[in-house]
Parts: sequence; structure tokens; C-alpha cells
Amino acid sequence: MNTESRLEKVLRAGHFAVTSECGPPRGADPEAIRRKGELLKGVVDAVNVTDCQTSVVRMSSLSSCLILKEMGFDPILQMVTRDRNRIAIQSDILGAAALGINNILCLSGDHQRFGDHPQAKNVYDLDSIQLIMTVKKMRDEGKFLSGEELTKPPRLFIGAAANPFADPFEIRALRLAKKVAAGAQFIQTQCIYNLKRFEEWMKQVVDMGLHEKVYILAGVTPMKSVGMARYMQKMVPGMDVPEEIITRLKGVPKEKQPEEGIKICIETIQRLKEMEGIRGVHIMAIEWEEKVREIAEGAGLLPRPDV
Amino acid sequence: MRADYPPNVKLIRVPCTGRVDTVHLIKAFEEGVDGVYVAGCLEGECHYLVGNLRAKKRVQYVKEILAKIGINPERLQMYNLSAAMGSRFVEIAREMTEKVRELGPSPVKTGSGREV
Amino acid sequence: MIVAEQKPLEEILEMIKDYEKIILVGCKGCVAVCAAGGEKEVQFLASAIRTARKAEGRDIEIREVTLERQCDPEYVEQIRGFVGEYQAILSIACGVGVQYMAEHYPRIPALPGLNTFFMGGAEEQGIWSERCQGCGQCVLHLTGGICPITRCSKSLLNGPCGGSTNGKCEINPEVPCGWQLIIDRLKALGEFPKRYLENNPPKDWSTSRDGGPRKIIREDLRR
Repeated sequence: MNTESRLEKVLRAGHFAVTSECGPPRGADPEAIRRKGELLKGVVDAVNVTDCQTSVVRMSSLSSCLILKEMGFDPILQMVTRDRNRIAIQSDILGAAALGINNILCLSGDHQRFGDHPQAKNVYDLDSIQLIMTVKKMRDEGKFLSGEELTKPPRLFIGAAANPFADPFEIRALRLAKKVAAGAQFIQTQCIYNLKRFEEWMKQVVDMGLHEKVYILAGVTPMKSVGMARYMQKMVPGMDVPEEIITRLKGVPKEKQPEEGIKICIETIQRLKEMEGIRGVHIMAIEWEEKVREIAEGAGLLPRPDV
Repeated sequence: MRADYPPNVKLIRVPCTGRVDTVHLIKAFEEGVDGVYVAGCLEGECHYLVGNLRAKKRVQYVKEILAKIGINPERLQMYNLSAAMGSRFVEIAREMTEKVRELGPSPVKTGSGREV
Repeated sequence: MIVAEQKPLEEILEMIKDYEKIILVGCKGCVAVCAAGGEKEVQFLASAIRTARKAEGRDIEIREVTLERQCDPEYVEQIRGFVGEYQAILSIACGVGVQYMAEHYPRIPALPGLNTFFMGGAEEQGIWSERCQGCGQCVLHLTGGICPITRCSKSLLNGPCGGSTNGKCEINPEVPCGWQLIIDRLKALGEFPKRYLENNPPKDWSTSRDGGPRKIIREDLRR
């Protein structure tokens, strides 16, 4: 079923898609989102809004999506199952669709241990795969999880995340298969630094024919400095930063490191464009949103096509 | 060896310090004893293999409890020596006596409140 | 068994600070096995409390009792003859025992000497870990005998999440990733990848704590 999603239209037309993301503010200021939005105008086909990422309280994804929609973007609502039960989830899905949000990214969400409210109760009534199943059931069958009919189905393009770098490696393609079976239509991967390992994963994915059933957007994040690279290598679970990246960044003087980081990012995108099964790129420049345009330009991804 | 050790040290013999329970240690302090030490074989030479290691852990546990109660944990110590080390035995008895003398009577005797 | 741990001594002392005459009740059940509230622990705690009081120049009378269990009325009743002589009951049974004390002796404050944590078992002497959340709908036959509700930090039924690192959970490198354990087990049983690829539907939580306080009735056993 086709939705009004621009991202879906771009992908169906066979173009290489570009998405990015915005983190909402830790306050009630809509300008914070608008400013980030301004930096991405004309650069992306759709933009994710994170949902209390790393369990840190931020303005809600749904409200931020609406602000971005008003600016002319096609937002992707990220929804985690950590904080809401199935009642609230289905309610928010209906609300998002009613507000004209066309895309949803279904996630379990980081454990609250990482965030600013580790004493909170965690919900996890559903997991990410069950969330995908829920959206699909509401959209395609017009039914709630309870089996009862809803009045107007939400038309949402369903996405999920994939992390080829988490353990155990051998099940990562299988987990993607589970998400596709549940109804995922597009995937955004964790940011890629270890291209070799990513290629191994893609090979498994292609062997299983999954690349033809789901649109895979490869994630990239530019490194700002050696410090950032080290941090991501050591402190972030499910992240694989090979030593070569750090060595390469160390090889340039400190003030040149951000530039080198952007270069690495652009080169990575260029490699990804050549890979079978990769239908787009998801550029995550956390707190560095001003660089997304430069990266997209450098990788030859602009201007975005008309659909 | 017939060496002298301070008369205020009361000896309680056990076949192995592994026999010493945490309850024995706390009850001694409850009775108002000013200091307790557990003397076991050298580590690695316990006749019953690990009895002295168990004693060490129990002594550590009770030291923590003493600190919570406000009694100086220095009043409880673990020492290791072999049965042949007569002069070391005397040395320990004297050392512990001196330490406890410096610390004064146990707060349990005086009821004067926390000392740590 | 139920696994609990004694509250820090300072917390217990604070709880009983206004009392001069208390009854300390232990339990020979689960809490004796995990060395938190059995007969030995009663003796030690009573001595520690008395020592603490004496050091303050105060007194306290502690009656030491260890019951077979504190979760059966017939055992809890055993102290009825003399419990009224005491100002408070300090129970070092699990949360169930403390509540039974409160229910049976409503006019005497029942104080918890332990923090009750989970249903689990011993990994080795001195180490106990959680295994069961009491969800009321056991699916261990579908996950190779390893509980995803309990052993996955997010209770995922279709795990693992993207934070699993080297077989450990993202929240703590000492915690094994529950789903890694399940996958290894499914392999050992020859059920991988078939069982793994089947998507598990949303759980019915109404039989767990979420559905409200639970009760089990066996008519065939009632008098």
C-alpha cells in the first residue's frame, strides 16, 4: 500500500534516497527544531526525529515532527517501546497519521539505565518487531492489536533499524528477515565505519533476498575528532570503529580533524552507493547538523529529485 | 619456648580459624571486649586448606559491621603465623595489646557513643 | 527461591531507634538459603543491634525466633502467645513474611529487615541471580529454556537488540545478553534458525503483576 510519504516515492522511483535526523531540545522551545530544520532544507527526502534517544528526556518526537512538517519536510517519527504500552502506542500511531506524518521508525529504545532518569519504570510492553506488526495490522487490516476494527487506518511507511555491528554477528541478517516478515518496508542502519564487516552483512542480506523486499538506507556519521572516534569505539555499545579510522584522524593536525572526518564520511557514502542492495543513505550528524549539506553535496547527492 | 605475652590476652583455641564464625566475633564485642584478633596459619599453609581464607573474609565482614555501629574496626584483626613462630606470637600479642590500649575501652563498655 | 538481602545495618538501626523491646523473627526458608534471614543471621543481627545500643549507652531487649516459614499461617501463629510483649516485630523474612506478620498482628509494627529482590537460584556459593519474573504464562519451551522476560533487560520477545556486545547486555558488561543465551541454546537443541525466525507475538501481561494482585485457588485441596 502506498502512502503519501515522499521517502517512499523517492525509493519507488529508484532514486538513491537521503535522510538525516534531528534531536529535539531539552526544553519547550520550538525554535530549536526549526533552526535544525533550516540547515536541512533541500538536502533530505525525509528527516527522522529521535524519541528520547539514550533515554534522555527531550521534547516529544511527535510534536517535533509536526513542527518540521509545517516547514515542508517529510518527517519520520521514531518511536521506542521503552516508554509506552500498546494502548499509548496505538493512540500515538493514530495521532501521527491524523497530523499528516507519513513515516514511522520502530525501535525498542535504549535502556533507561543510560539516561537522565534511570529510576524510571521501563515499559517494553512490545518490542520493535511487535511494533512493526502493530503498525502493519492497523494500516493494512484496519484493526487494533485487540482485533477490533478502527475507523480510519493510519497510512504510514514502516521503517526499522538494523545494526550489522552488534553481536552476535551471525543473527543480524536473520533479525532483519524477522523485521521484514513483520512488515518493515525501509531500514536505516547504525552508522558505518567498518566497511568490510558491513559488506559481509550485506552479502548475507542479499543472499537471503532481503534487499529486494526492503529498502536499505546505510547510516553514516562524520567524526569530528580523534576524541569522538575513541569515545564511539570504546563507550558506545553496538558500534564498530576500526583502528584505521583513528589512525587516519591522528595523522592530521587537530584543527584539520573535522575536515578529515567529513572526507571519510563522503568516501564511505561513495563506497555505499556502489553496493548492491543499498538504496540510500541516512546521515546522522549529531550536534553537527550544519555539515549535512556539505556531506550530501560532496557525495554528489544534491539536488534532491522531484517526485 | 616460655616467652611472656601480655596477661590481658585471653586465648580461645580452635582446630582451625575456619571454625570461627562471624557470630563469635560480634558477640565478643557485644560482651564488651576491647579487641579481638584471629590468629591463623600462614596463607597457603592451612592444614584444612582454606579455613584461614574463610576466616579472613569473615573478619573483614565483621570489621565493616563494627564501622557501621561506630566501633573502631581496628579493634578486630586477622594475623597469620605458623605454629613454630613463637616469638611472632608474642609480638602479635604485644602489638594488639598496644593498639587496643591506645584506642581505650570499647564504647560498648563506656556507652559513650560512636568512636568512628 | 526468593532471594533477598539484608538492609544496611544503619537503616535497620534507624527503623528500630524508638524501641526498647523487639522480637526479631527469622525464617528457615528461602532467606536462610541465601544467608539473609535464617537462624544464623538472626543471631548475628541481634548481637550487632545490641552491641550498637550498648555503645550508645542505651539498652534493647531482643527476642530471637526463627520460624519454619513466615508465609504459612500455622507457623506465623506460633508466636501469638508472646508477641504482644514486644513493641515491634523486626522480620528478616522476605516481603511476604513481613506482611504476614503485619496481617496476623495488626497492632504491632512489622518492620522489614530485608530488601526482597527476585526469584532466582544460586550460581555458586555466595552468588544468586534472577531467573523468573512470575509472568504467569511460561514460554520457556519456545526459547530453549531461557526466559526472555527475565534475562533480557528489555524483556524482548524477539531479541536481541542492537546493544548486545560480546554476549553481554548493553546495560552492564557483567550481565549476559539473554538473547545470546537463547540463541546458543536453540543451536544446541537443533532449533536454530527455524525457531528464531518465527516472530513471537505481543505478550499477554494480564497474568503478571500488571493484571493486578494474583491468587491461586485449588478447590481440591481446600478443607
